[in-house]
Amino acid sequence: MAVTTTEPAAPARSGRGSILARSSGLRTGLLLLPPMLWLGVAYLAALAALFITSLWGQDDFTGAIVRVWTLQNYHDLVHIPVYRTIAFRTIGIAALVTVVDAVVAFPIALFMAKVASPRVRRLLVIAVLMPLWASYLVKAYAWRGMFSEGGLIDWVGKPVGLHSPGYGLVATTITLAYLWLPYMILPIFAGLERVPSSLFEASGDLGAGALTTIRRVVLPMAFPAIVAGSIFTFSLSLGDYIAVQIVGGASQLLGNVVYANVGSANNLPFASALATVPVVVMLVYLAAARRTGALENL
Amino acid sequence: MTVRIRSLGALMGVAALALVAGCGSQAGSTPGATPGAGGFTPPSIPMKQSMGKMEGSVDILAWPGYAEDGSNDPKVDWVTPFEQQTGCQANVKYFGTSDEAVNLLKTGNYDVVSASGDASLRLIAAGDVAPVNTSLIKDYNQIEPFLKDKAWNSVNGQMYGVPHGWGANLLMYRTDLVSPAPTSWGAVFDQSSSYKGKVTAYDSPIYIADAALYLMKTQPDLGIKNPYALDQTQLDAAVSLLKNQRTNISEYWSDYLKEVSAFKSGDSVIGTTWKVIQQVAASEKAPVKAILPSEGATGWSDTWMVSAHAQHPNCAYAWMSYITEPKPQSEVAQYFGEAPANGQACKLTGAAFCKAYHTTDQAFANKIWYWTTPISQCLDGRTDATCTNYGDWTQAWTEIKG
Repeated sequence: MAVTTTEPAAPARSGRGSILARSSGLRTGLLLLPPMLWLGVAYLAALAALFITSLWGQDDFTGAIVRVWTLQNYHDLVHIPVYRTIAFRTIGIAALVTVVDAVVAFPIALFMAKVASPRVRRLLVIAVLMPLWASYLVKAYAWRGMFSEGGLIDWVGKPVGLHSPGYGLVATTITLAYLWLPYMILPIFAGLERVPSSLFEASGDLGAGALTTIRRVVLPMAFPAIVAGSIFTFSLSLGDYIAVQIVGGASQLLGNVVYANVGSANNLPFASALATVPVVVMLVYLAAARRTGALENL
Repeated sequence: MTVRIRSLGALMGVAALALVAGCGSQAGSTPGATPGAGGFTPPSIPMKQSMGKMEGSVDILAWPGYAEDGSNDPKVDWVTPFEQQTGCQANVKYFGTSDEAVNLLKTGNYDVVSASGDASLRLIAAGDVAPVNTSLIKDYNQIEPFLKDKAWNSVNGQMYGVPHGWGANLLMYRTDLVSPAPTSWGAVFDQSSSYKGKVTAYDSPIYIADAALYLMKTQPDLGIKNPYALDQTQLDAAVSLLKNQRTNISEYWSDYLKEVSAFKSGDSVIGTTWKVIQQVAASEKAPVKAILPSEGATGWSDTWMVSAHAQHPNCAYAWMSYITEPKPQSEVAQYFGEAPANGQACKLTGAAFCKAYHTTDQAFANKIWYWTTPISQCLDGRTDATCTNYGDWTQAWTEIKG
């Protein structure tokens, strides 16, 4: 995003000084060169390499990459039903995780931004950030333990006759929603902080109850922030492959099918073709998000 | 703003073009070997002629349990004596599936690998492993003759490795949760619904052969003669059996520690296993047993192979020589639960052990369907049919998992 933000071009100053000082264009160019190189090489070139690899084939027997241009990988991707199923399942899980996170995060963020005292707010921000300090793997394995036969969820649910859902898509959704929650809370919190408290009072003065105020004043203003948070939760869920391996049972999502193609089948070309699916989905999602003005909330 | 974006776009375009052009020049090259049944010509890789100075370290790629240095169990350690004898520091990396082994060896970061039959030929054909000079292996003459010069470890009479050991994939179950005790693979196929959500299976396309073996015994009409030689109809039958099993699967395993933990907690109660997994689970107090079902089993016959890009060829040969001596062979065999390739190991394990694993019993060894890479030419000798290859199996495996 940083690339597209406009900076007013400073008028070229005349007078003494080095070329650098005189030519603002050169100065800006030099300043931007390292990050642009980084962006170009690390991101765009990697994406280009991914795309090019997806147009190659693989020798089934030796596993060697055959560098002959072919669209076979994309053909398989579209025409073999299982990949469509996996793609839609992945998008569905990512959407569900996003909704769960939004529903859980909104009240927390609202409390942090508008109700809590500054001291409590600071403590809450730390509490929200704290899980990010722990290793992702540790958290995923903790959930594996909780979902297991006779684990914490079984133990807590037993008195009311509830069982752990076991390893599967439910467990994956819950684990992902837990993992990405901070990425949803923080943008909403930031967005709500910017809403002047006077609007709440005005709404109250005009006779709206708390719920009406939230529904008709707070939510519309917080919407871009929620969309901003959803970009994180949605894209992170879309690409995740570890949580589903640990708590997903036998389920397959795009991430772990890519992983299986890279890690065990050694079919890098097909894995690349698969990996373009989340890229395309995210481009569409970002284009939609841009219309809500959410990108200014990032 | 628009100008800026446009110039950025142009820049990207130029970069992409340059990349495409750069890659295009490689586009004509094809891999050196053509795949085919036995008939392929492996790329010419020089064979080591004599031993030189030890390099001080060796990078070993092995099946779990093949290179234990005491870190899992202080009593189980045959790597440390090797390091003391040769001065080669051993860096061991365990892998979970043959595909993973092939993939890791291709990186060129490893010197020596314990390859099963479904990996070995692929490695030879791709030029990833070098022919092995068996005269540099100290106890090569003690290796059982029926393991030498086999289709999975040699090409045109040239050995590409040193036989390590062999065994069968077993059926493991929780003795407290599965009754009556199973005697057939049917427990995880036709009757898997009795353990709904508690069945486990090996997460690799090669597991399709387990289903094919079961069909070979229970549905003779299909005409399966070799579980690695399936035409499309036979593969479809195996796939439908596995799709049926899929509805009762708790999770697939390829990481052996994941299977141990699943059987300990009871998330999995029945499924395919290796002897070593059962032993680890039992040592951690899980009530598990592993049996060889009545249909027989798929299995492995492993070979130590040396990488064509080995950075430490002398230490690699030292390792291959050491690991096939009677003493380490007896230790690996007992820990992993397999028949050692070196029959002299039986003097150290005791005769009962070798009898249980049929170490010198060629007839028994012939009954196990060793992992083999399926290829288009039917391995059972049929010439009127085209068989499905490993690529088809990989595709089918993704569809089975759904």
